[in-house]
Amino acid sequence: MSEKTVFVQGNEVCAEAALYAGVGFYAGYPITPSSEIMEHMSRRMPGLGLKFLQMEDEIASLAAIIGASLTGHKVMTATSGPGFSLMQETLGFAVMAEIPCVVVNVQRGGPSTGLPTQAAQSDVYQARWGTHGDHAIIALTASNHQDIFELTVDAFNMAETYRTPVVLLLDEAIGHLREKLQIPDKGELEVVKRLRTAVPDGVDYHPYLPREDGRLPMSDFGDKHRYNVTGLYHNMWGFPTTNPDVIHGLIHHLVDKIENNLHQITRYKEYYLEDAECVLVSYGCSARTALHTVKNRRQRGMKIGLLELQTLWPFPANLVRDKCSDARYIVVVEMNMGQIVHEVKRAVDDPERVFLANRVDGEFITPTNIKNVLRVITGRGV
Amino acid sequence: MAVQDYIRSRFFPHIWCVGCGHGTVLNVLLRTVENLGLDKRDIVMVSGIGCSSRMPGYVDFHSLHTLHGRALAFATGTKMSKPELTVLVPMGDGDALAIGGNHFIHACRRNIDMTAIVLNNRIYGMTGGQFSPLSGPGVVASTAPNSTYDPAFDVMRLAVGAGASFAARGSTYHVMELQKLLEKAISHKGFSVVEILSPCPTHFGRKNRQGDGVEMFEWLKDNTARLGSKAAEENGELITRGIFVDEERPEYCEQYQSSLEHSRED
Repeated sequence: MSEKTVFVQGNEVCAEAALYAGVGFYAGYPITPSSEIMEHMSRRMPGLGLKFLQMEDEIASLAAIIGASLTGHKVMTATSGPGFSLMQETLGFAVMAEIPCVVVNVQRGGPSTGLPTQAAQSDVYQARWGTHGDHAIIALTASNHQDIFELTVDAFNMAETYRTPVVLLLDEAIGHLREKLQIPDKGELEVVKRLRTAVPDGVDYHPYLPREDGRLPMSDFGDKHRYNVTGLYHNMWGFPTTNPDVIHGLIHHLVDKIENNLHQITRYKEYYLEDAECVLVSYGCSARTALHTVKNRRQRGMKIGLLELQTLWPFPANLVRDKCSDARYIVVVEMNMGQIVHEVKRAVDDPERVFLANRVDGEFITPTNIKNVLRVITGRGV
Repeated sequence: MAVQDYIRSRFFPHIWCVGCGHGTVLNVLLRTVENLGLDKRDIVMVSGIGCSSRMPGYVDFHSLHTLHGRALAFATGTKMSKPELTVLVPMGDGDALAIGGNHFIHACRRNIDMTAIVLNNRIYGMTGGQFSPLSGPGVVASTAPNSTYDPAFDVMRLAVGAGASFAARGSTYHVMELQKLLEKAISHKGFSVVEILSPCPTHFGRKNRQGDGVEMFEWLKDNTARLGSKAAEENGELITRGIFVDEERPEYCEQYQSSLEHSRED
């Protein structure tokens, strides 16, 4: 572990981790509470000879990084709810054209302009289904600075490995929180390089013909192979088609390349689950409160544990079912009207055991909020 | 090298209708690229959605067919990340000036080195003939059965006002002139706009009784005049063709590069 320990803001951690992962191009549009990521990039990237660009809106920001990804760069943009809404069509383009990119959403309260300066976790379903049409997506989250660093690097690695946009769902509380970070040494965390084609000049390169392992080696714009990229259903050349067999194959490829690698994509942490009769399932900033509650209740003899999800999409249903199989009660702790709770209910054998402890007023969820739900469940009054 | 060497004949026939001007634009554009001696490997063609936006699929360049209105935003990322590339952006009138209007003015403002080619047929062709922000008043369209009353943008004034350092208008009737305009636009260091009047007989011509492709080409001959010509001075109704602005101004990627050197010194 590195000697270098710093005391920094979560948004800055995300930006530094992106640099560690090899980001070469950033484009963005300022929006609270994500702006510090962009500001940090504007300070750091030019000095490193990297490209930073402030665009006219969030649509243009995501479009620009896709355009830059095709020339061979690792790319990122960051935003919050309203900007993430604007990005949805372009996110779908990145899914369809299989463009590696990382989109950070530092969540705030919604809908609409909502609560710009206060925390929420209400964009979980938007990350999954915000863009139109069937598709699969990877969405990751983190609850502390060390994890933000690692998950940001993971986000870049997964974007390159699966040729897909990866959504990193942070939130206002973690993004603006200042705490300790030990900066990993170079080489301490794995950094996945872009897979480029070995097809030589003069031989046909099929940009959309997956290898046996489902991966598609890329060729940079400006390099020897010239090919077409489109948001339409396309054949192995990248040329538009309405051939039913090709369409069938492509949509299955887009979904399978992610869903079939769920075990590789799943990141989670667990605390005191061995004998837990009550399992809290949480993620992001809420997991901090959940962990505090678990430690506090353990001291009082309660058999309680925490499953902290870091991969939200594709949802690790088997993991949740296994970890909750012996629990009498499962309480999902999240700062929204109930989003991941529905996934947990679908995952476990007996959904009647699943309860929601939430808070949606802009204030950070407290141990008392969780304790009150536990009291009701265990029949000890409100 | 022949023009055939610049196309992907594998994906022909193209989708454009008989009499459409877009094929003429592609022809002139490829001759321009050939005349300029550009290497196919160094050219990226980026487009949005619409009839004209299908052009990148047919050319043997790096090609990126994106979202309605967003071509210039994608292209900005491509150019900024690899400034040595020549970036060509064909767009329709609705694509460039309605849904893409914001990206259009900001690309002009930045003066980033690429060529925006606005293929103006004054109609939404691909969706079936609805009016566009370049239709102007008095046009019958499938969303204006009794004719339009919406004023039109003047693309040249808009581009110049927003900061484009090169702006020119041509037509698919005047192909030799158009080739010269495109040569200047592509060679120009900075953001260049070339508006090309390109007829759509299927939707605009039929609804507005302008006849078939040949008659619509004739219309271009009769209703346009060279900028500064006697005909243009005598008849203010004629649409002017020519170069509206051609200025040297700091280019965006070069500005960024010099700011990099500045920050390294810090």
